[in-house]
Amino acid sequence: MAGLEDLYREIILDHYRSPRNKGELETPPAHRTEGFNPLCGDEIVVYVDTDDDGNVNDIKIGGQGCSISQSSASMMSAAVKGKSVEEARQITSAFKRLMSIHETSVGGDGSEAEADDLEIDPDIKLGDLEALQGVVKFPTRIKCATLAWNTLNQAFDEIDEA
Amino acid sequence: MSNDTIDVAAIRRDFPILAQTQDDKRLVFLDSAASSQHPQQVLDAMNDVYLNSYANVHRGVYQLAERATSAYENARKSVARFIGAPSANEVIFTKNATEAINLVAQAWGRANLGPGDAVVLTLMEHHANIVPWQMMAAEIGFEIRWIEVTDDGQLDLSNLDQLLDGAKVLAFTAMSNVLGTVNPVERLTAAAKAAGAITVVDACQSVPHFPTNVVEMGADFVAFSGHKMLGPSGIGVLWGRMEMLDAMPPFLGGGGMIVNVTRDGFSADAVPGKFEAGTPPIVEAVGLGAAVEYLENIGMEAVRKHEVELTAYTMRTLTERLGDDLILLGPSEPAARGGVFSLAFADVHAHDVSQVLDEHAVCIRPGHHCAKPLMKRFDMNATARASVYIYNDTDDIDALADALVAARDFFAL
Repeated sequence: MAGLEDLYREIILDHYRSPRNKGELETPPAHRTEGFNPLCGDEIVVYVDTDDDGNVNDIKIGGQGCSISQSSASMMSAAVKGKSVEEARQITSAFKRLMSIHETSVGGDGSEAEADDLEIDPDIKLGDLEALQGVVKFPTRIKCATLAWNTLNQAFDEIDEA
Repeated sequence: MSNDTIDVAAIRRDFPILAQTQDDKRLVFLDSAASSQHPQQVLDAMNDVYLNSYANVHRGVYQLAERATSAYENARKSVARFIGAPSANEVIFTKNATEAINLVAQAWGRANLGPGDAVVLTLMEHHANIVPWQMMAAEIGFEIRWIEVTDDGQLDLSNLDQLLDGAKVLAFTAMSNVLGTVNPVERLTAAAKAAGAITVVDACQSVPHFPTNVVEMGADFVAFSGHKMLGPSGIGVLWGRMEMLDAMPPFLGGGGMIVNVTRDGFSADAVPGKFEAGTPPIVEAVGLGAAVEYLENIGMEAVRKHEVELTAYTMRTLTERLGDDLILLGPSEPAARGGVFSLAFADVHAHDVSQVLDEHAVCIRPGHHCAKPLMKRFDMNATARASVYIYNDTDDIDALADALVAARDFFAL
């Protein structure tokens, strides 16, 4: 049985205590997307501002949730800010792979399967995000960890469609 | 076992699942409001049907089928006796309480509700007593009105007459699954009756824990689930006044609910068959019947007394051990509530709390408890909910308090 320290690494608690990029962005120009975890009631709001060249100029996170969902969102915001949308999608795919989400695995809402089809650039580094790997040992918490990422992906899809 | 006190140690011996340990710790099960555990007597009764008397009911003429039918119908009689129903035929077996409420909303609602009508709900309803009405409102176009909830977790009945004015239905919970609030059922049904509205009572949290008499409740319909009262999942009950059930169209169509079917149409069977289309949950009904008998042997007055005492102990212990760090939703008076405790720390999320509690082998439920409008009212998106039943004692509550202290300290922000 995995212990609490496998789940709650210090860096996770640090991001929970001091979330990066917390707040709101003006919409427009930023795009606002909400995500829900219907099981536990967690809500996340991702504000993402992309420019015409397809770069994530700014990102802010709102909403409330547990330490896993909040720290994952915080680390995500730090990881994708300043990157291109394409890189951000790659990081998302790499992170979901870290969470062991494959086409036949949990979720299966289509968007995840699609994301998983992406060829992930071997140069993509997850860095701090790898601290969340312990979540895999607590299957009910995987949805907490992926909530922000699914919401970000949805935001990118909505921006593409607009 | 005496009639007014509960011997928890003896009861626990009837529940094999509670004897297990988790990482060498005694399993502390405090999630009965979500689903309760099963005594050996229920498991034996179900197993006995499978081993000795299983066949489809109301169909075969062979002895096995007759025994199965008789076991199924005896369960209906036991449930009727348990809730004080004037007739066993008023007890309809459903999949769960959710289906029971959907049955009323759809079958009664389609026949009786129209645009411009109003249905009154309370803000402390479980989604099972909200969404079925919202679905029908979307289809039919009636108005949904809400009875508000006070800061102390009670229904705000100050404008009840106004809300009921012109309403056709008052649907409410007998006891909140989040706040533990015990609602004044008889006052509400009387007010509705005076206003000409029918009443639908979600009794999921009350029937397992209180003496129940549907006639005294004064309701037209009462819904509850088997799996929260020591029975199996997959079986629920809708009790309705025969006059109402008789006048209603069927809900689901299929085998078992008809008298005759021709190319041109069908004629529906009498109640309860009319509302039990298809092969019913036969063994589950028998399990529920056995659960009812188990509770009757203990005595529901004794069950309630035990839970009021344990509730008082829980509130006192949590206050002593955690003070202002812990928020407990709901009424502050133990006798005004059932054994359901929605807990929240200002800075530790319910999901994280229950993760730490799991390390201590303490099973509770984090989340919104299928009552999002109520959670919004209290400006929370999740609480950690502990709930007690006949097999819980003060040791369980002490373990809960220890684990909550550990959770607070682990996340000391």
